[in-house]
Amino acid sequence: MAYIDPHIHMVSRTTDDYRRMAQAGCVAITEPAFWAGFDRSSPAGFYDYFRQLTDVEPKRAAQYGIAHYCWLCINPKEAEDPAFAREVMKLIPEFLDKPNVLGIGEIGLNKNSRNELIILEEQIELAKQHERLILVHTPHLEDKLKGTRMTMDALINAGIDPGRVLIDHVEEHTVAEVLDRGFWAGMTLYPDSKCTPQRAVDIIECYGNERIWINSAGDWGPSDPLSVPKCHVEMRRRGHNQKLVEKISLENPLAFLGQSDRFFLPEHS
Amino acid sequence: MPQQSCPLTSQQVVDIYFMEHRAKLLDVAAFLDRLERAEGHEGLQDVRVRALKKAIPLLLDSKCENHANRAQRMLELLSDHTTEPTPAAHTQSALGADPNTQY
Repeated sequence: MAYIDPHIHMVSRTTDDYRRMAQAGCVAITEPAFWAGFDRSSPAGFYDYFRQLTDVEPKRAAQYGIAHYCWLCINPKEAEDPAFAREVMKLIPEFLDKPNVLGIGEIGLNKNSRNELIILEEQIELAKQHERLILVHTPHLEDKLKGTRMTMDALINAGIDPGRVLIDHVEEHTVAEVLDRGFWAGMTLYPDSKCTPQRAVDIIECYGNERIWINSAGDWGPSDPLSVPKCHVEMRRRGHNQKLVEKISLENPLAFLGQSDRFFLPEHS
Repeated sequence: MPQQSCPLTSQQVVDIYFMEHRAKLLDVAAFLDRLERAEGHEGLQDVRVRALKKAIPLLLDSKCENHANRAQRMLELLSDHTTEPTPAAHTQSALGADPNTQY
């Protein structure tokens, strides 16, 4: 079945992963800018990273028939120094007109600090100025509940249409509030620290299939670039029909991402 | 209310998932045993261990509103419930339990 993985960090994955994803039915991915596992020493490091996201990865993906889109930002883990963060943000407009850039992301909070919030607000303003979609990273573990609420407040206070924002990494304690406030919700499937495929399907059963998607967020840590199709197996194992699988992994991503005039799939245009 | 119920019967849920979760529960038991066998006592008072022990009774607490929500309540128990931004980020990582909560 054709599917979209709307959040995966292919800069951290091998070309063989592209091949396996294509074999499993992946037709498109979107790749948010994120923390590389270490703090970059200069804005120039981000400049090269943005080149990788807008030039190198689309070509690598195309070899396997996968459409590659991306999101640009400075991630919250490297946003504690506002002066440094602003230097990186100055680089972003130069890349926003590249054909595979959908918007600003994954912005958000990590430790819910004042400086992280300031940079989040400035990046929300950047998306607003350029009328771009927003992809939000929510904090992990004990910081998620508070950080999700603070981020949604910042978006609403900035006058952003919640229907143009995807709040990612939702779990059982945040999904209802995200959906109730009109945002889109993303569930990240991780072998250890985030949602398992089983819990993701539980959440769909409890909270419905509107404005929600699943993604692998595969990166340099313990993660699985095939977790999306593995979640499809879990849905079918429980007796859910193919229509639900397609709704979560094709129709919903197309509906959200299709709000950008950059995003299209040849067979769906 | 759930918009999409689980198509499985409760017996099918048991048949499919029991072994997997039996193993996970044994992992928790073995972790606590290992902790008590280990040298020193400071780990026993670690906020993460105290939080975990506080969360375990929720497994047997079936009270709910619209549907069973043990996972939601466990995540809430392990969360920071303050509302003001923290003054500064002194670390990039998270613990898994709120260090300022008295578990």
